[in-house]
Amino acid sequence: MNAKPRLNIGAVRSSFAPWADPSAKPLVRFDQVTKRFGGETAVDAVSLDIYEGEFFALLGPSGCGKSTLMRMLAGFETPDLGRITLGGEDLAGRPPHLRPVNMMFQSYALFPHLTVAQNVAFGLRQQKKPKDEIATRVDEMLALVRLEGLAHRKPDQLSGGQKQRVALARAIAPKPRMLLLDEPLGALDRKLREETQFELMALQQRLGMTFLIVTHDQEEAMITADRIAVMRAGQLAQIGRPAEVYEAPNSRYVADFIGDVNLFEAKVIEDDGDIIRLVSPEAPEGLEAIEDDEIAIGSTAWLAVRPEKMRVHLDPPPPGPNRLEGTVADIGYLGDWTTYLVELPGGRTIRAARANASRVVDRPVDWDDKVWLTFAPDSAVVLTR
Amino acid sequence: MRRGPSAFNIAAIVLGMGFLYLPIVLLVIYSFNESRLVTVWGGFSTRWYVSQFQNEQLLAAAWVTLRVAFVSATLATILGTLAALGLVRAGRFRGRTLFSSMTYAPLVMPEVILGLSLLLLFVSVGVARGFWTVMIAHTTLTLCYATVVVQARLVSFDEALEEAARDLGAPPWKAFALVTLPNIAPAVAAAWMLAFTLSLDDLVIASFTSGPGATTLPIRIYSAVRLGVSPEINAISTLLIGLVATGVIAVYLLNMRRRTAAP
Repeated sequence: MNAKPRLNIGAVRSSFAPWADPSAKPLVRFDQVTKRFGGETAVDAVSLDIYEGEFFALLGPSGCGKSTLMRMLAGFETPDLGRITLGGEDLAGRPPHLRPVNMMFQSYALFPHLTVAQNVAFGLRQQKKPKDEIATRVDEMLALVRLEGLAHRKPDQLSGGQKQRVALARAIAPKPRMLLLDEPLGALDRKLREETQFELMALQQRLGMTFLIVTHDQEEAMITADRIAVMRAGQLAQIGRPAEVYEAPNSRYVADFIGDVNLFEAKVIEDDGDIIRLVSPEAPEGLEAIEDDEIAIGSTAWLAVRPEKMRVHLDPPPPGPNRLEGTVADIGYLGDWTTYLVELPGGRTIRAARANASRVVDRPVDWDDKVWLTFAPDSAVVLTR
Repeated sequence: MRRGPSAFNIAAIVLGMGFLYLPIVLLVIYSFNESRLVTVWGGFSTRWYVSQFQNEQLLAAAWVTLRVAFVSATLATILGTLAALGLVRAGRFRGRTLFSSMTYAPLVMPEVILGLSLLLLFVSVGVARGFWTVMIAHTTLTLCYATVVVQARLVSFDEALEEAARDLGAPPWKAFALVTLPNIAPAVAAAWMLAFTLSLDDLVIASFTSGPGATTLPIRIYSAVRLGVSPEINAISTLLIGLVATGVIAVYLLNMRRRTAAP
């Protein structure tokens, strides 16, 4: 169900797409769910389907309602309007302890008076499983998260990364229909976080369990999730694969929230069904982009171009659309990437990024150099809102 | 730079501690006095410890006091824990501020007024004064202390722990019993100890609310002192101090063990 079948979006091809199958039954369905706290609407008529086996991310800034949405699924908050169903069954009125979902808390919420093994066994004890079955399952879980030797430690004797893995094992142990992860990696340092992102993904594939992750970290959502729902002020701004959300954002909000973007406000002057031409005071030679959707001539639109899709030239390329001229105002060298801030004659600053693919460069770009920026028509996205 | 206590620090500690404990040390020393005269040292002896155990009135009073303290402390701790839970968990409900200030009011209310008002209540309801009236009066007195102690712990208790327990399949009461209670247990124990101690040494409220046959130890001691201080009083006071100190040290050690128990 790609909106633009002619464009292959993103660098990843994946055959897993239950949401594209109209006959597939979702595991969880949010149906027009609204939640208010006092006068504030935290979640505003959200409808969302999550499918069996999916790794789904709710992404948004703090206060956008993503945590509230998750807590309603876990049963800690009650929707004011709308329904939440799990496997077709309405969850209304069902307390948290009777819902077949488990949550991994942001603070990990490990029981400080219990050992690691007792923490992991907690959910199984509540299910009244026989003792030897609990012991086997606990060992299995500790092996899964590579904590075999620490079964008899107390939580305050563990490092941050170990605590995170105990919390994960504890939530998975009772075999929930769905695992909810509330900012699971927020407390880890950068290196460990990156490792853990890939570990989480591998774990989810191995278990075949449905994961719902809530995060404000776009990188975390992009790496781990099959689909991302970008939230804004209690509403869903866009749902899609990470590559779709990044390469084909549906609004300036999404384009700007995920990654960096250069936005040009422009007027549409021509649409030949394939290529749209626009004029903008910031681009004297005109702009053009490939766009399938019809956009009314004369209307205002925004052209979004990612910094890495801007090419930097020291020699003037042939004149034409999508060519900008400016001077280098700042250079940010990140090792793997270099970001150039190029100031246009009108005073506007454009971001261009280049991968440092080789160690030796013939003509490095310097501060105050005169440069030209170009981008391909299929690198730009036309946004109408 | 020199580290450690300065001369001023040492002087301050010696003076402060002396001010607090010198009277008690004197009392303990004189409880081992051979002489019948309290202020004259007549050699070491434990005779007053022996003789107090033959003093039926004193023993009866001690037994009443212990029973009152035990029952009222237990009741006050249960009610105080519930009140603290209500104050911390219920969030904003109508009259929350009123409820919390009413819980704390007895902390600053003069004991005489509390005792008098309880007396008036018991008289008007027509309850015969005795063991149960003292017990109820002491529960009223110590309830707010227990609430304050437990509440202080609950405020720093991460509510996500209880949510995690419920999420993992424990009904609310079980989540409380399995997760919240073990984690606030030191505070609950401390609240019980405090309530027990307060009840043990209360004179004012007990003298308003006790009746014949329910004379508590402080009342007995006070009336005995009015007839002249007997060394027996010193002896029983020393035992009381020992009892309270043992309890406090036991709770402290218990907490230390908990903290360092894990291998």
